Amino acid sequence: MSPVLARRSLIKTATLSAAAVGFLGGTKLAFAGSPTEGDLAILNVALGLEHEAIAAYQIGAESGLLKGGTLDVAVLFQSHHKGHRDAQIGAIKKLGGKPVEAKTADEYKKSTKLNVASIKTAEDVLRLAQKLELGAVNAYIGVMPNFADRSLSTVASKLLADEVMHYTALTQALNEALPKNTLSFGG
Amino acid sequence: MSALTALVAILISGDGGVGDASRGASLYVARCGACHSLGENGAGPSHQKLWGRKAATQPGFDYSAALRASKIVWNEKTLDRWLTNPNELVPGNKMMVQLASDPIDRADLIAFLRRETR
Repeated sequence: MSPVLARRSLIKTATLSAAAVGFLGGTKLAFAGSPTEGDLAILNVALGLEHEAIAAYQIGAESGLLKGGTLDVAVLFQSHHKGHRDAQIGAIKKLGGKPVEAKTADEYKKSTKLNVASIKTAEDVLRLAQKLELGAVNAYIGVMPNFADRSLSTVASKLLADEVMHYTALTQALNEALPKNTLSFGG
Repeated sequence: MSALTALVAILISGDGGVGDASRGASLYVARCGACHSLGENGAGPSHQKLWGRKAATQPGFDYSAALRASKIVWNEKTLDRWLTNPNELVPGNKMMVQLASDPIDRADLIAFLRRETR
């Protein structure tokens, strides 16, 4: 048994944590403003992540490091993120909100989070994309229970499925093992 | 308190450096990395010099009024409560996400933050 599983087993044997009780009870967070303001806040955070993903794939595509089928897939994934962006902008406007705008290409290139300066190989590009896709998967899972408008959860679920597809393809392209445990995403 | 209960309390609280900071680093990227980094503000505030810092004081980030008024200082206990349910600790804050329901995960994330941001 791995150290983490051993530690987890010990805790499960001893107690059911308050957090677990909360999870089982379907804990829902409350936003300070109206339900619509809460939904807009979530959508704008998600939109910011989509802007960032589009920029990252653009940087990867323009790097000259991706070739052939790998480049084609990166461009395909970027097009998915552009579709997500457009869907989110539409939803935000429908709710009466103002969509957050993308940063400039230079701002993304200078971002310590993207750390573009460290990218030297095609593998580096794929690892950055993989990291961003995994972050997006977990972010969507984390906010999913908190949409006041349940129809937005359906839209977000479709976006999330795309992100998982991207993460899985990138993980296999990097010759990394897929997660061994069930329910391996989210927290 | 039995020895087992005491051990569990330590594990859950992340107190005493029990958490695995290396595993916490991976969890941080996967669970927090979409919105946070140790370098710059994003959708969420930077975690640079988080440890021991008063909440809502990272320069340049637009915090909620609720968090600004909270008077929280980030340490093992406050971070554990925050990661368990941010809205229970500070109702009305902006963090609309829960991604660390598991006490082991929280202990490891907290160990990472203690190592990297103090």
